[in-house]
Amino acid sequence: MENSVGIVSAQRATFDTPLTCSSGAVLPRYELVYETYGKLNGDKSNAILVCHALSGHHHVAGQYADDPKSTGWWDNMIGPGKPIDTEKFFVIGLNNLGGCHGSTGPSSIDPQTGKPYGASFPVVTVEDWVASQARLADMLGIEQFAAVVGGSLGGMQAMQWSLDFPERVRHVLAIATAPRLTTENIAFNDVARNAILTDPDFHGGNYYEHGVVPKRGLRLARMLGHITYLSDDAMADKFGRGLRSGKYNYGYDIEFEIESYLRYQGDKFAAYFDANTYLLMTKALDYFDPAHRHGDDLNKAFAAAQANFLVLSFTTDWRFSPERSRAIVKALLHNRLNVSYGEIASTHGHDSFLMPHAHYHALMRAYLERIAQEFSA
Amino acid sequence: MSAHDPAELAAARPDFAAIAAWIPQGASVLDLGCGDGSLLRYLQDTRQARGYGVEISDANIIACIRNGVNVIQGDLESGLSGFESSAFDFVVLSQTLQATRHTEALVREMLRVGREGIVSFPNFGYWKNRLNILRGHMPVSRDLPYQWYDTPNVHLCTLGDFETFCGEHQVHILERRVMTGGSEISALPNLLGSTAVYRFKRAA
Repeated sequence: MENSVGIVSAQRATFDTPLTCSSGAVLPRYELVYETYGKLNGDKSNAILVCHALSGHHHVAGQYADDPKSTGWWDNMIGPGKPIDTEKFFVIGLNNLGGCHGSTGPSSIDPQTGKPYGASFPVVTVEDWVASQARLADMLGIEQFAAVVGGSLGGMQAMQWSLDFPERVRHVLAIATAPRLTTENIAFNDVARNAILTDPDFHGGNYYEHGVVPKRGLRLARMLGHITYLSDDAMADKFGRGLRSGKYNYGYDIEFEIESYLRYQGDKFAAYFDANTYLLMTKALDYFDPAHRHGDDLNKAFAAAQANFLVLSFTTDWRFSPERSRAIVKALLHNRLNVSYGEIASTHGHDSFLMPHAHYHALMRAYLERIAQEFSA
Repeated sequence: MSAHDPAELAAARPDFAAIAAWIPQGASVLDLGCGDGSLLRYLQDTRQARGYGVEISDANIIACIRNGVNVIQGDLESGLSGFESSAFDFVVLSQTLQATRHTEALVREMLRVGREGIVSFPNFGYWKNRLNILRGHMPVSRDLPYQWYDTPNVHLCTLGDFETFCGEHQVHILERRVMTGGSEISALPNLLGSTAVYRFKRAA
């Protein structure tokens, strides 16, 4: 494939220093799987950390040798000659703690019991992720990232980096994200969680030992989520009121194209994603709120930050609307930080941040070229 | 035009040099309708200004980023609600005033967000413009490069008009510089000046 990082393989890092989570729970030992693309330069100044969103993972770019269809989730953004240019940058993608793609999570075996953690896996937060990502950076010898980049929940981690480790990140690229979820957003997440929690196969989170998976719940959660990641216009353009058989059947089977699409997406997702991880990720979204411990004052929350920021939003993203990004920008301006903000006209809703939109990619490219000049100069 | 050569820029845009002369070292500047960021870059290079631009066009957002200046994408016509009161030493509106629809509201916002405002605009009262009108045609020139049917300029004014506006809107003019083709004009400015730059603040 053109401009691809090519064949990649995942690596695994083990951490024996206990991690105390925001909840107070302690993980005595954990593993993180990650991938890297490009070369770390001599003074280790060209590293970029890519943080993933709700359903993402460490496989960000390239393909696995044994599966040509296994293209990474942000392959259109990362590669030689792409906006995040692996000829210039050393790019790291990881699977977050609590994930279900190889890092320690609810479906991993708890060494203390010899059984999957299940319900006993702690609820982890964006802060906990950033703390664990910092340990991965330590292990790789990276004192300071050229940039931490992320969309949606990934953007929250990128921002958190600038608050928890101000000296360790020069640029934050926060895309299609928010300083905290809106009430409506939490409500959507709660419906998704309820779909899982009330599935008879959930077994209080310990479904692994029953040899079942709460697929129906996870599928519904994903169907609901998927609707909110698209825009009304994008859905209308793609499916309209199209009928699979061309006529009404006056029944409850799949009739409209959109029904078929959503069920397909739900089934596909439920076949590989872990329900406990879904619960955990949505909670991390709900809890993220850096202003909370500063009397709900976002200006104060960003007082610790030193990084330069690029904040991007998409016009049809109603789940992480431009208004939410502008609130971030306002707090950054208050703190006299360098910030540029782009509001990108796109029809694809929240999912826009994953799309190969020409202006979006040109903007990313321009900003990243500026970053590259800092260490090549 | 290379945004990285201050001398070249000052020659091409005499209003830049005039604006820079008013801006002390290290001042904070908000440039409304900042285009490709040339002025901000110039102020960063020559005055070590801490600047941000506001721009609506996608192409200009990318140009600003390439120029190494901070830029916030937004529409001036919907106000400056994204900026706190008294957040900047200077709010600049360079060659944009005449293209704004809500001119009164924007000038008011400039003086809410900035300690001082700076505007530059083409003087519609310049004798060549008057001559064009006398001959029966809208003026088209280096300062007014558009045809009547494709111009973004909806609020063209003369120096006299602008000064009357300021008097009626609690805007106190601190300084004025009038230029034609890079030369300073002192006599009969409303007739002989093609471009004007004003520095002003809220009237006490």
